[in-house]
Amino acid sequence: MSAKRAAICAVAQLPFEKAIWHKRIQEMCFDVVEPVLEQTGVKFCKKPGDGGIRSIVTVSDDVFDARTISNNAIQDAVGAHNRGEDKVAMDGINAIAYAVSCILSGHDDLILLVGHCKESQAESRNMCTNLAFDPFYLRPLGLDFETLNALQARDYMAKSGVTDEHLAKVVVRSRRNAAKNPVANARDEVTMEEVMNSPMAYDPLRELHIYPQSDGAIAMLIAGEDRVKEFTGKPVWVSGFGNCMDSYFPGDKDLASNFPLKKAAKLAYRMAGVTDPAKEFDFAELNDAAAYQLPMWAEGVGLCADGAGGEWIDGGGMEKMNVNPSGGMLAGNPIMLGGLARAAELVIQLRGDAGERQVAGARRGVANGTTGAAGQLQSVLVLENDRAGR
Amino acid sequence: MNQDKGEKYKDAYVVDGKLALPYQYFAGTVGSKFLIALRDKREILGVRCDTCGKVYVPPRQVCEKDFEDLGDKWVMLGNTGVVTNFTIVHKDDKHRPRKAPYILAMIKLDGADTAIPHVLEMVQPENVEIGMEVKAVFSSEPTNTILDIDHFEPVL
Repeated sequence: MSAKRAAICAVAQLPFEKAIWHKRIQEMCFDVVEPVLEQTGVKFCKKPGDGGIRSIVTVSDDVFDARTISNNAIQDAVGAHNRGEDKVAMDGINAIAYAVSCILSGHDDLILLVGHCKESQAESRNMCTNLAFDPFYLRPLGLDFETLNALQARDYMAKSGVTDEHLAKVVVRSRRNAAKNPVANARDEVTMEEVMNSPMAYDPLRELHIYPQSDGAIAMLIAGEDRVKEFTGKPVWVSGFGNCMDSYFPGDKDLASNFPLKKAAKLAYRMAGVTDPAKEFDFAELNDAAAYQLPMWAEGVGLCADGAGGEWIDGGGMEKMNVNPSGGMLAGNPIMLGGLARAAELVIQLRGDAGERQVAGARRGVANGTTGAAGQLQSVLVLENDRAGR
Repeated sequence: MNQDKGEKYKDAYVVDGKLALPYQYFAGTVGSKFLIALRDKREILGVRCDTCGKVYVPPRQVCEKDFEDLGDKWVMLGNTGVVTNFTIVHKDDKHRPRKAPYILAMIKLDGADTAIPHVLEMVQPENVEIGMEVKAVFSSEPTNTILDIDHFEPVL
């Protein structure tokens, strides 16, 4: 029998670091699976119908892992031996949608989600993301996610009145919030001057405007409505999801148009019954791989008027809307887990477990994740707790 | 690398490895015609969608919006165009085509509706402007890729 809705019952994150050199990818996964088992008391299925975990959804990338079918190598650590396993090789926020689809369709009523990514293994993460591009027309020119993001930054900043100073404000605030987030990578505070004097990496992006190299892992337990009470008294309901893809060739599209995020948000909000995002969300987690993306994604998910990103920052929009209490992706999450880490922060906040960075009375939040450079695929997730009153 | 993880890791290995696997990619019939014209005639070709009118370069078989077959809808483009966007790459990396700093620009060729990325030379980074007119400078040695255009430079 299929459930009418599904909830995230537990989350665990391995603290994000520049290089978790001393753990293999298997150990990174195991170190987040174990706390989820401990928090919920859930067991792995031994025989059909015993109520244990029978389906696992993993998130990983073959090039970052330097092995193909990278999920096969971690089957023991995620409990997949003799059980079902599917891999999502996209931003892990999409794996939540996949898990929920499994539950709502009646395929299973309990999903263990495990994502990992170790950016430090490759000599350069930009050499990895260069391989995302076409081998004839784009790859030979050295395109990678950081350089293409820089091109999007120039277009977006011109459109929305976002300046070097605005980007510095985003970075300073990210670090300040991250200092209160025990799993964040970049937790050292920086000043406006330090950001504005940071070396140019790819005009208009400075080194401090770009998220730092990061390793980490995240696990979640997701259950159908009928089973949630077995695992938690603080379920976080998945009430909306949508995604939308933009063109592959960067020269085909208006990099500043934001339409994939707007469409993804529209789909998610229709499912969640959200009509006025600027009023109905208590907080948001936006997947800012570079500083300009925070206001750009804020426009896309409807927290800020289109083309008004600069004014929105000046008017205290980031604080009023409680955007990125975790520090955001700018504080350091590996690329495959950017949106999944945003979702993890929504869960922690909605469970009231965020400690000194807790958003008081949080009931409903929105997160986005991006797959590919310059937000080629945008995914939007709406989560809420029982206080949201549905 | 931070080795400060205590006694447990004093003999821990981080082993060097490498992925290096030669491939052969089929350029496609449309891509092959584009690359041959570029290499042998120094001509840059695009394709036009008759439904939306958009001229694509690099060319492709199908319009992503209208699903029109564009395989025989060839259009000759100019070797000149304008800069629509750019970044100055200040960081070296092995996959990059030049030593830093260099200019990576988006260039809309005359007759095209899409832009292509390429290296822009013969102009100081501080003097690059959106709208600047540029021309293709072809490679002296064939590469069978987009690098048969060696770079773009300003039209003087």
